[in-house]
Amino acid sequence: MKLMTFTALACGLAGAALAQDDCAAGKTLTDGVLTIATGNPAYYPWVLDDAPESGKGFEAAVAYALAEEMGFTADQVTWVRTSFDQSIQPGAKNFDVNLQQFSITEEREKIVDFSDPYYSSAMAVLTTQSVVDGGAQPTVASLKTLLWGADANTTAVPMLMDLIGPDKQPMLYDDNVDVTAAMQAGQIDAALFDLPTALYLSAVVVENGTILGQFPPERSDNPDQFGLLMEEGSPLKTCVNEALAALKDSGKLAEIEAEWLQDATGVPVIE
Amino acid sequence: MPTRRQIFETRQRRRANLIAAGSTLAVVLAIVLLVPLAPGWDRVQRSFFNGEVFAKTFPGLLEAFLLDIAIFAWCAPLIAALGLAVAIARDLRTPALYPVKLAAILYTDIFRGLPVILVIYLIGFGIPGLGLPRPWNSPYIWGSLALILVYAAYVAEVIRSGIESIHESQRAAALSLGLSTSDSMRFVILPQAIRRVVPANMNLFIALQKDVALLSFIGPVEIFRQAGVYKSLLANFTPYVGAALIFLAITIPATRYADHLMNRQRKARS
Repeated sequence: MKLMTFTALACGLAGAALAQDDCAAGKTLTDGVLTIATGNPAYYPWVLDDAPESGKGFEAAVAYALAEEMGFTADQVTWVRTSFDQSIQPGAKNFDVNLQQFSITEEREKIVDFSDPYYSSAMAVLTTQSVVDGGAQPTVASLKTLLWGADANTTAVPMLMDLIGPDKQPMLYDDNVDVTAAMQAGQIDAALFDLPTALYLSAVVVENGTILGQFPPERSDNPDQFGLLMEEGSPLKTCVNEALAALKDSGKLAEIEAEWLQDATGVPVIE
Repeated sequence: MPTRRQIFETRQRRRANLIAAGSTLAVVLAIVLLVPLAPGWDRVQRSFFNGEVFAKTFPGLLEAFLLDIAIFAWCAPLIAALGLAVAIARDLRTPALYPVKLAAILYTDIFRGLPVILVIYLIGFGIPGLGLPRPWNSPYIWGSLALILVYAAYVAEVIRSGIESIHESQRAAALSLGLSTSDSMRFVILPQAIRRVVPANMNLFIALQKDVALLSFIGPVEIFRQAGVYKSLLANFTPYVGAALIFLAITIPATRYADHLMNRQRKARS
């Protein structure tokens, strides 16, 4: 009884004090709190220093902007960590929304819900200087002959097959770290990543790393659009989409993108 | 003409079988009827036992399984050979060869004590990282080597237990007949020892057959990785169930065969 009174009181207070957006009220896991999930670990430039609470990094900033738009203050946002598998498992979820560069696909939509896209990513070819010196060109014909690698848990795998169609079966790994380890060991020539990740890996992680070229985000084949993942049939979906639309209209989303994601017009487009 | 006792025993056995069948049926029925009543069953079924996803991914999984078989096929003989060599090295009794024996002891201690996945990472990424040229830096080569090193350590211990189970008098008898130490090992001890440990080694090879999937961590797209790719693309765990079925289709008959060998051995001995 005590607990109930307390909860009711807390709700009342939160509602009154913060004028919470009606849309999201009562639809979150915990009333008055938006629980957001990200990866474990969360990578640069999506989240800086694996600390989403700081609001630094593209996805962390989007999360806080979105929460604000939905009527949650920064204090009312809690973060949890999930792996990809945890986000798609059947049953109750421990998050309201989950953002960790989930690409929206039709098949995935059958099991979970996605928001409208908050980012459209170019796909970039990460390689090393020695491969470029060996004569690799940013053309599909040249890329076909390379030995490819990719993160098995991403949509980079079907894109690699569709956009490039390598001659040899690509090697697939569990995460970015393993892909770069294989590249460093000379076991693969090139790997396909979303552009921001590729830029980070080439600059910081891979020794002599370089970006050979990109498939721009406006491409019609296999666009890679990131959405927030929610439980299937989540009542929050419309609220999230409304908030996203508002962020887009006000130019806030573009602002965040410009702040955290590097301008990549210098990367050659693959013919 | 069966004796009264035999008739009685047959009747007892039939009764026992009937009861066993009845209770098994009851349990299976309870599971089949009750599990779907759980509130989350719909979701679990859609995520793990999705017929549509299963049909779509199964052929790809079967194809990827060929790689598992190939890796197993080239690892198994090398594991057997290395395991045997290490087991013999551990049994060396010549004082001058003690360093070899010591090396064998260290080897089995280290590789039995390490998680397979760590060895695969260390050898599969580490050694090629030293700057080997292609094709010598292939994950197939070094990943297989990691499996061979780990499993040969187990096999060596099993064979050694076989060697030690042969009574010392056999060795003495062989030597007194004029056989050299190496000949007595080769013609007297090993043939008996290896026969005794066949079932135990079968179990190791069944385990190896599953651990081949660990090679996927360093790149090769075998069945487990292929299932993971499907899982990620379809946000559905059904491909793992498909992969599990393929594994079971191999491991269950193999396990039964190992049991059969063990039973036969027990009967022969008693």
